[in-house]
Amino acid sequence: MLVVILGNIVYVGWGHLSWEFLTQVPRAGMTQGGIYPAIFGTAALVLLMTLAVLPLGVMTAIYLQEYAPQGSRWVPLVRLAVQNLAGVPAIVFGLFGLGFFVSFVGREIDHFLYGGRLVYGQPAILWAALTMALLTLPTVVVTTEEALRAVPQGLREVAYALGATRWQMVHHVVLPQAIGGMLTGGILAVSRGAGEVAPILFTGAAYYLPYLPTHLNDQFMELGYHVYVMTTQSPDVEATKPLLYSTVLVLLLLTFALNFVAVLVRAQFRRRQMR
Amino acid sequence: MEHHPETPKLKIEGLNVWIGTTPVLTSVTFDVPEHTILSLIGPARSGKTTLLRALNRLNELNVAFRTAGQVYLSGQPVYGNGMDVASLRRRLGMVFSTPTPLPMSVWDNLTLGPRLKAVQSRTELERLVESSLKAAFLWDEVKDRLRESALKLSGGQQQRLCLARTLMLEPEVLLLDEPCSGLDPISTAKIEEALQELKRILTVVLVTNNVKQAARASDLTGFLLMGELVELNDTEELFTTPQDPRTADYVSGRFG
Repeated sequence: MLVVILGNIVYVGWGHLSWEFLTQVPRAGMTQGGIYPAIFGTAALVLLMTLAVLPLGVMTAIYLQEYAPQGSRWVPLVRLAVQNLAGVPAIVFGLFGLGFFVSFVGREIDHFLYGGRLVYGQPAILWAALTMALLTLPTVVVTTEEALRAVPQGLREVAYALGATRWQMVHHVVLPQAIGGMLTGGILAVSRGAGEVAPILFTGAAYYLPYLPTHLNDQFMELGYHVYVMTTQSPDVEATKPLLYSTVLVLLLLTFALNFVAVLVRAQFRRRQMR
Repeated sequence: MEHHPETPKLKIEGLNVWIGTTPVLTSVTFDVPEHTILSLIGPARSGKTTLLRALNRLNELNVAFRTAGQVYLSGQPVYGNGMDVASLRRRLGMVFSTPTPLPMSVWDNLTLGPRLKAVQSRTELERLVESSLKAAFLWDEVKDRLRESALKLSGGQQQRLCLARTLMLEPEVLLLDEPCSGLDPISTAKIEEALQELKRILTVVLVTNNVKQAARASDLTGFLLMGELVELNDTEELFTTPQDPRTADYVSGRFG
């Protein structure tokens, strides 16, 4: 099944793939030209999302695993909440992003800093990235916790016995051990986020923009959304088909590349520990 | 630090430890004089390890443990609000029963303790590494392998590395938890030899499953049974003329 789907995409999509396709803006109602703004937008989105989700997710996991008092009643509740977050449909995150980030946070920023002028109170790459960060947060928390749990208790005791404080123990012994697993989880979360469309529908993705986002409050094009747009919103759906296939191919290649990097990172850290 | 010859290095007074509601140690009281090697012997689950880990407050990492009573290190209460646990654990250096090299280089393993204390001076670290490795009889074997992973050393070398890593802290007391349980006789002999040398500068509490090791290596021996310190005496007397019939049974190998 996978082979049929992938085969079809590669077979049809490969033909249209060219340097121009990757580096030019869409033209003529998206029946010609390239997808450069969508590639750039995806990269910018993923980068911003990573900057937001990694610190928050890693700190949450470190707290839950290393700092929260043993036997606390809150820790299982927080874990349950995080796991349930992972089960929430992506479109709900999109609506939350629109309601919370765009309509509430953005508007309040405009109200207090810009005297009511519309600056941040509209869909923007910043809000899309933060919404996406919430979506991927459970993945980062869960994978980081797993990586931390895999560090043997005996090594923690060694650190304490050498006179380490709790943070020194985490910093010098646990994190160096867990960093490989944490990075792998982080990259997998990012690659999951990169393929999602629903969270950015209302929070920042644009139908068509011939220029690139340069500010945090700019809208942006995104590969997944671009696929959706070309399939359903184009004036001439038939004419976009070859471009559509190529766009999907590019999106898949990017996702696979990220997953591949995750595998490489893990292998690299394994080897370094055994050096 | 002031030196009072009459103050024992460690004074354990009425020490009780529970795991949950199960008593593990019951009213344990004894002194460890400075510059001696004191062995704690007893069958499995008699509370030897718990007693050792009560001395450097490692038990409290697990919330199930409850401790009552007091331990004095050079007259200073170990269980008290004024005690900084991290610096306490540097003064009471511990070696665990299985070799516990950290997955980093030999050098990084050794220097971790001083680095945690913010000792960064290269010459100071080099001096400590050399003297600690020599004291653990490991210098000749690893002096050219300091950059290699500690995981590549043999089991016996790893355990001596752990001893050296603890010596890097320049502790006043060494707490050894069955340090030779998994080692071959040659590595065991090297560690015992090292202890005899180290006794001149510090005090050793040695938990061992090996009655012969206690007889060979220690000045004083205490016999623990079901959380109770049955008898503590000069090693030779404890083994030749035990006062308690349970001690006699254990050291003569009738049970345990």
